Amino acid sequence: MAKLNMVQAINLALQQEMARDDRVVVLGEDVGRDGGVFRVTEGLQEKFGEQRVIDTPLAESAIIGTSIGMAIAGLRPVAEMQFCGFSYLMLHQLEGHASRLRSRTQGQLGVPLVVRFPYGGGVRALEHHSESREVLYGHIPGIKVVVPSGPRNARALMLAAIRDPDPVVFMEPKRSYRAFKEEVPDAEEVLPIGQAQVVQPGDKCTVVTWGAMMRPTLEAVQAVAKQRSVQVELIDLLTVTPLDSATIVESVTKTGRCVVVQEAPRTFGPASEIIARINDAALMYLEAPIERITMPDVVTPYFGRENLYLPTPARIQAAIERTLDF
Amino acid sequence: MPLKVIDQFEVSRLQVLDEQGQADTALLPDLANEQMIELYRWMTLAREADQRMLKLQRQGRIGTFAPCTGQEATSVGAAYAMGKRDWFVGAFRELGGRLVRGEPFVNALLFHAGYEEGNLQPGGVEQRLLPFSIIVAAQLLHAVGIGYAMQLRKENSAVVAFCGDGATSEGDFHEALNFAAVWQAPVVFVVQNNQWAISIPRRKQTRSATLAQKAIAYGMPGLQVDGNDVLAMYRATREALQRAYRGQGPTLIEAETYRMMMHTTADDPTRYRTDDEVAGWQKKDPLIRLRRFLEQRGVWSEAQQGALDAEIKQQIERSVVEFEGRHEFKPDAPFDHVFATPHPSIEEQRQRFLADLPPEVKHG
Repeated sequence: MAKLNMVQAINLALQQEMARDDRVVVLGEDVGRDGGVFRVTEGLQEKFGEQRVIDTPLAESAIIGTSIGMAIAGLRPVAEMQFCGFSYLMLHQLEGHASRLRSRTQGQLGVPLVVRFPYGGGVRALEHHSESREVLYGHIPGIKVVVPSGPRNARALMLAAIRDPDPVVFMEPKRSYRAFKEEVPDAEEVLPIGQAQVVQPGDKCTVVTWGAMMRPTLEAVQAVAKQRSVQVELIDLLTVTPLDSATIVESVTKTGRCVVVQEAPRTFGPASEIIARINDAALMYLEAPIERITMPDVVTPYFGRENLYLPTPARIQAAIERTLDF
Repeated sequence: MPLKVIDQFEVSRLQVLDEQGQADTALLPDLANEQMIELYRWMTLAREADQRMLKLQRQGRIGTFAPCTGQEATSVGAAYAMGKRDWFVGAFRELGGRLVRGEPFVNALLFHAGYEEGNLQPGGVEQRLLPFSIIVAAQLLHAVGIGYAMQLRKENSAVVAFCGDGATSEGDFHEALNFAAVWQAPVVFVVQNNQWAISIPRRKQTRSATLAQKAIAYGMPGLQVDGNDVLAMYRATREALQRAYRGQGPTLIEAETYRMMMHTTADDPTRYRTDDEVAGWQKKDPLIRLRRFLEQRGVWSEAQQGALDAEIKQQIERSVVEFEGRHEFKPDAPFDHVFATPHPSIEEQRQRFLADLPPEVKHG
């Protein structure tokens, strides 16, 4: 057991899985000698060699396109896109091939591929370095989108992602990379993909979020508990798609109220889908309209204004209180 | 300081058989007569199958497809040069090559009738044959990844990947060539330059004098081949594969051929090209050329041709009968293959889909 930040925890997962399974290869821009621009792959090349930790030429479509070929031929590629904002150049490879090959061949071929990249704001970065675009990938049938929120679940979900027989987009909240540490057990720990977690039980209101929004949301939930002596149930989604409706519906059936917190722009985001699922299965249990706190539908502002736009603990707390008071 | 020439390049073209079927004997590949007859048989099968599909399409019995007539030599010659453990990564105009690699013709019918069942290979993954890639040039990167995996496992095998002349304008084409060269991946890229990308002629696709020369920029050998000469295609691919097996990296082959028919059955080529141009290419037909060569060699006769035509006609009809006998297509099959493992959210949608199906579909 060691106290690790998220970068170290994902690195641990990669190291352990590469040692366990020689089909696992890591590839991307600067992932080898440099250890990745965020150092997530640090030390891997020294340990596993240049053949398995591949510094590729600079071309995102090719990184994913060749990863698809590697996966077809029996390897387990873990490909890095340097930033979410640079990943769109490979979208046709993911949508056009990775997501479809299993269906296209009725199960004869599959693409066990992990595409991992840092996403999200809050690190005062240049343009294209701050977006939260899980919806672009989550909308594609055949793709799983996983978003860890802390070191321990990041490690356990990464192991699950690498072992998954299908393509997984693994979005790492870069603002949480080094923000805090958690105890991460040395022994292997795997979390199932497609399952949300109730991280704090409660009975008066359900709050659903994922990724980097977990920390401000937790702060808001704790503030509500302190000021009102009300226990709010907090759900960490962990997998955006396929969405775990059951955990959310069960909770809302119990609490009758719900707030969804999403870093991505408002329209057509996971929050919309979560609300639709509640509508499908728990509408009659609701005692208040469901609120969502999101980025507005604007182009991500440069970092000078960024904090005005991202969901904050105060905005989340206010939404929970409005929902409780309705 | 005067300008200095620091490097110079040249591009070669390979042709073994001329239009009259006369061979340059120095270039004849090491093939027995029986093998050359086999090549002729595959090309004839591809031609007849293609023409049969055109009729089926016009009768509404299959949907849109991309005919390969006129281009049989390129994919048949290349596929015939491959070893059993090599991967075939096609685009969508390599019917002949696919047949050579063991894909049954009924697959083409099922695929073009709108069923994924047409992608099932009798040998499964081990058949080493990827399904159609309709997104132009994307498949070339898969080929490079497969090649990389072979290299990593020290397998003595390689990949043959196909695309068209239009694909050479795509980013994925250039990325694939670059990655393959940097990695020295065992991949043979075959560009079927059929002169037209739907309505865009070759000269509007690129200012490069040849497509073969694009290889030079990436640091790999590039060769232009008469793509209507199956013996040249065989020879060029065989040599490129031998280099790949030896760890000497990728090769680009530009196969100069011609799309004798429409881009797909939804296309009308009279809108953009002349009959004269098409007639000019008819003289270069790959089947006629090889037949003349075999006849001049004394290993092919009118009687043999008659027997072959009859045999192929029967083979095609058997596939059509098999295709038309297929009526069971599980309506909810797509739900089976979203992921390898079921997820409650998908299963719930399956139940709703099944409940909403009209009874005549539900019960066949």
